[in-house]
Amino acid sequence: MLAIGIDILFRGNNLVRLLEGLWVTIKISMLAIIVSIILGILFGMVMTMKHPMIKGVCRVYLEFIRIMPQLVLLFLVYFGATKAFQIHISGKVAAVLVFSLWGTAEMGDLVRGALVSIPYHQYESGMALGLTRLKIFRYIIIPQTLRRLIPLAINLATRMIKTTSLIVLIGVVEVLKVGQQIIEANRFTVPDAALWIYAVVFFLYFIVCYPISLLARKLERIWQE
Amino acid sequence: MAMKEKVLEIEGLTKAFGDHVVLNGLNLSICKGEVVVIIGPSGCGKSTLLRCINGLEPINGGVIRLDGEVISNQKKSMHLVRQKIGMVFQSYDLFPNMTIIDNILLAPVKVQKREKREALQEAKELLSRVGLSEKRKAYPRELSGGQKQRAAIVRALIMHPEIMLFDEVTAALDPQMVREVLNVILELARQGITMAIVTHEMAFAKSVADRVIFLDGGNIKEQNTPNEFFEHPKTERAQEFLNTFSYEEVHKEVETSQS
Repeated sequence: MLAIGIDILFRGNNLVRLLEGLWVTIKISMLAIIVSIILGILFGMVMTMKHPMIKGVCRVYLEFIRIMPQLVLLFLVYFGATKAFQIHISGKVAAVLVFSLWGTAEMGDLVRGALVSIPYHQYESGMALGLTRLKIFRYIIIPQTLRRLIPLAINLATRMIKTTSLIVLIGVVEVLKVGQQIIEANRFTVPDAALWIYAVVFFLYFIVCYPISLLARKLERIWQE
Repeated sequence: MAMKEKVLEIEGLTKAFGDHVVLNGLNLSICKGEVVVIIGPSGCGKSTLLRCINGLEPINGGVIRLDGEVISNQKKSMHLVRQKIGMVFQSYDLFPNMTIIDNILLAPVKVQKREKREALQEAKELLSRVGLSEKRKAYPRELSGGQKQRAAIVRALIMHPEIMLFDEVTAALDPQMVREVLNVILELARQGITMAIVTHEMAFAKSVADRVIFLDGGNIKEQNTPNEFFEHPKTERAQEFLNTFSYEEVHKEVETSQS
């Protein structure tokens, strides 16, 4: 029975299709992660500003994105935008958009936290040594901020990769969807295909995310102050 | 001492935080090689005075000159001025992302653009003089409070400042660490380095100072040689202040709550 179940993977081009699905997952998450890192750093810096108006807008954005389940955001962008603005955006574009919006908010908050955690006397000691503002940032503030930030940012990245599985629900064919298709197609011939396919999907997520979290742990160990 | 050239001249320095006037028309000159110790009750503006000198606080009135050049409220060129003023703070202010030697070399190499080799050589000499040769490659977190402050002194010293400012550098230290840090400062005094020192260590002030300045209510209430000041304070405020450092014997039979 088990021996029959496992060969579902090697039937036809199932395994290749699964890997192609994984590639879609990786592409979407990587794009969103890159956008989130860039915009998140800017957003985080903006969030440290003292202006009450700027602060308020940032706060609203952050809370809105945080409170809203990612799935609702996906539906809102994918179906809502189509209806409201008469524009058609593909599921993939909607996915990148939503995950970038979410990632930027979360990343921004991490950057803000890391920046404000640097004590003010670090700036003052730099000034007292005659460093310009630029050099204070380059040699003192940014290295210290990065140390605190990178493990957290990597953690966020793995969360984003895992959460992309939701995009099945707006019709994007990624690794999970391919898995479901294979299960459906073999429902009668291989009844326990689900076990094997989902195990493989689990394993595929694992080999993408595990090295990333290993890296985070390693950096944390190297950089602990 | 009075005949020597003036390194620092402060005229009519006024500094306020909002409505609260901290320094009120203060005048002070410090000569080359002179060690001035600034004491006074907390909140009298001692630390603010030092922070105004190296431009960490903008001033509201008066003028500060270093080697005859006006340095107060020079926003653009302040980083150049600060290279001539060494400052050590109360809080351990080493950069935690760098080793001790990198902390010390940062300013000479990146700011003064000195040859790294030559700066390293000097850094090593200075470190061995303050007893930290072995800690060269350590990170600040691996050092005791006293060691950190000694390293911070070296970091300021290697810039060859015209004047060194010490802002209560031993206030957060255990007693025996206080001693090791103060010994370093005493050694600097012997080498003739110009210093302005804010401290609460009266015995140290007495031994290191060429001149003691008593600050109260935003201005200098009294200044004198350490012996004169500590033995015969002239103003009532200074007498009161010095009295807070001595304790009367407690007589158990009498009411203990009275002083």
